[in-house]
Amino acid sequence: MAFAVEIEDLTVAYGDKPALWDVDLRVPQGVLMAIVGPNGAGKTTLLKATLGLIKPAAGSVRIHGQPYEQQRRLVAYVPQRSSVDWDFPTTVLDVVMMGRYGQLGWLRRPGRAEREAALAALEQVQMADFAHRQIGQLSGGQQQRVFLARALAQNAEVYFMDEPFQGVDAVTERAIIHVLRKLRAAGKTVVVVHHDLQTVPEYFDQVALINVRRIAAGPVREVFTEANLRATYGGRVALLGANGSAGAVTTPTPAPGD
Amino acid sequence: MELFTDYTLRNVTLGSMLLGAISGLLGCFAVLRRQALLGDAMSHAALPGIALAFLLTGQRDPFTLLLGAAIAALVAALWLLAIVRTSRIKDDAALALILAVFFGFGLVLLSYVQRQPTAAQAGLKSFLFGQAAALVERDLWAMLAIGGPALALIAIFWPQVKLISFDPDVARSLGLPVRRFEVLLTGVLVAAIVIGLQTVGVVLMSAMLIAPAVAARQWTNRLETMVLLAAGFGALAAFIGAWISAQGERLATGPVIVLAMSALTAISLLIAPERGLLWRRWRLMRQWQIGNGE
Repeated sequence: MAFAVEIEDLTVAYGDKPALWDVDLRVPQGVLMAIVGPNGAGKTTLLKATLGLIKPAAGSVRIHGQPYEQQRRLVAYVPQRSSVDWDFPTTVLDVVMMGRYGQLGWLRRPGRAEREAALAALEQVQMADFAHRQIGQLSGGQQQRVFLARALAQNAEVYFMDEPFQGVDAVTERAIIHVLRKLRAAGKTVVVVHHDLQTVPEYFDQVALINVRRIAAGPVREVFTEANLRATYGGRVALLGANGSAGAVTTPTPAPGD
Repeated sequence: MELFTDYTLRNVTLGSMLLGAISGLLGCFAVLRRQALLGDAMSHAALPGIALAFLLTGQRDPFTLLLGAAIAALVAALWLLAIVRTSRIKDDAALALILAVFFGFGLVLLSYVQRQPTAAQAGLKSFLFGQAAALVERDLWAMLAIGGPALALIAIFWPQVKLISFDPDVARSLGLPVRRFEVLLTGVLVAAIVIGLQTVGVVLMSAMLIAPAVAARQWTNRLETMVLLAAGFGALAAFIGAWISAQGERLATGPVIVLAMSALTAISLLIAPERGLLWRRWRLMRQWQIGNGE
């Protein structure tokens, strides 16, 4: 099997407290993978360390078989919505065009090519009508779709998304899922930090259970079990059915539009 | 207008406007990157640099003194960064500490310098609150020599600077050298501070960095327009300040400029369309009236 992402021995410490301990993770190409775990488990840290935004104490990351530093162009990152100031004086189109800045080169100004890529990306998240809006006027869900569009404009192979479903409306959730499935159909790989255990079996092919260490990772059917969830959350899993089985696993809802 | 014909007044007016425009434009990035307080701490921290530069060289040459100011401001910024990185002290506490320590040290040095027997130290105290009236043509060239390259760098790297100001994490994930740009933007902020020290002084300088940006933000939703407006507001405030202080009473130019800038900012906060306080209240009332009328 070809792997889109290979993380080995990734360890991150804040001060002397480990946030992530010796994590190995392999993501096959062309899958949607959820990263789940309790608050403070290091999910966001895992993404940031993978992308070199936090310096890990140890570990290596390979993207499509090569070290990450050489493969940046294949990787797009969708940070948490709250990570930026939405009162920044700029428009939706401008933000999406920023996804192209990595390939812009020095001394060049974004032009027609960047504009068209950005508009096409906005179309995909159903935000084309908002292109010239000031970003401060958007709802939370619309902001999330703009961030997604910026990543799409990069035309990457591997997408890392931090809590894209956090606090968004139903329209946005459906739009995002639609985009994720289109990406998968095009052979792209998407890794999503996710907080809603209920939707894991419906939305994702693979899941990684993280709590500082890697508890388990693999196909949802095999890995998303009560025992693993208990090991990850320490027995505080609310979604388990009374019969002791992980209800979300035993009753996967067919996704609309599939 | 004699503000532009009289040689002394022309230097004061042009110098102040140049300062207002450059610091207004460069200050936008401090405000947008949430480093407004860093600008304040760095301008206070410039004082010991000025005094030390004078003590070491014994001269009142503007380039020498401003170089001292720039070095001290940078040392303060780096020290601040080190404190935040290596200790549990939060950045606002660290800012307050650095500001007080550097400014206090500067005041001590200044009082020592004042007691020196030479005559050359005269006027060094004016760096506290600025002395626009003392601006000469050489100072204008110094401002241009420092501000010009800073502005040019911003213009050359405009797309990158914009992205890094908005979303540094994504900028880094795209492969931009974010750390280097942060150094560049801090350097640019130091340049803006240093330019204003003679006219406005270390105490009030942060107003000239922050107020034009805050005022400009009220009138536009585009970064490009915002930086140009901020430059315009800064220059306008400087012009008004220079004009008022030239009227008989001989009020101190620097503080009057800061007051003029504050007035422009207050007006912008109140009446700017969409964002102004009064504008929003007025629109709310109109909606209410329309709602009642039907």
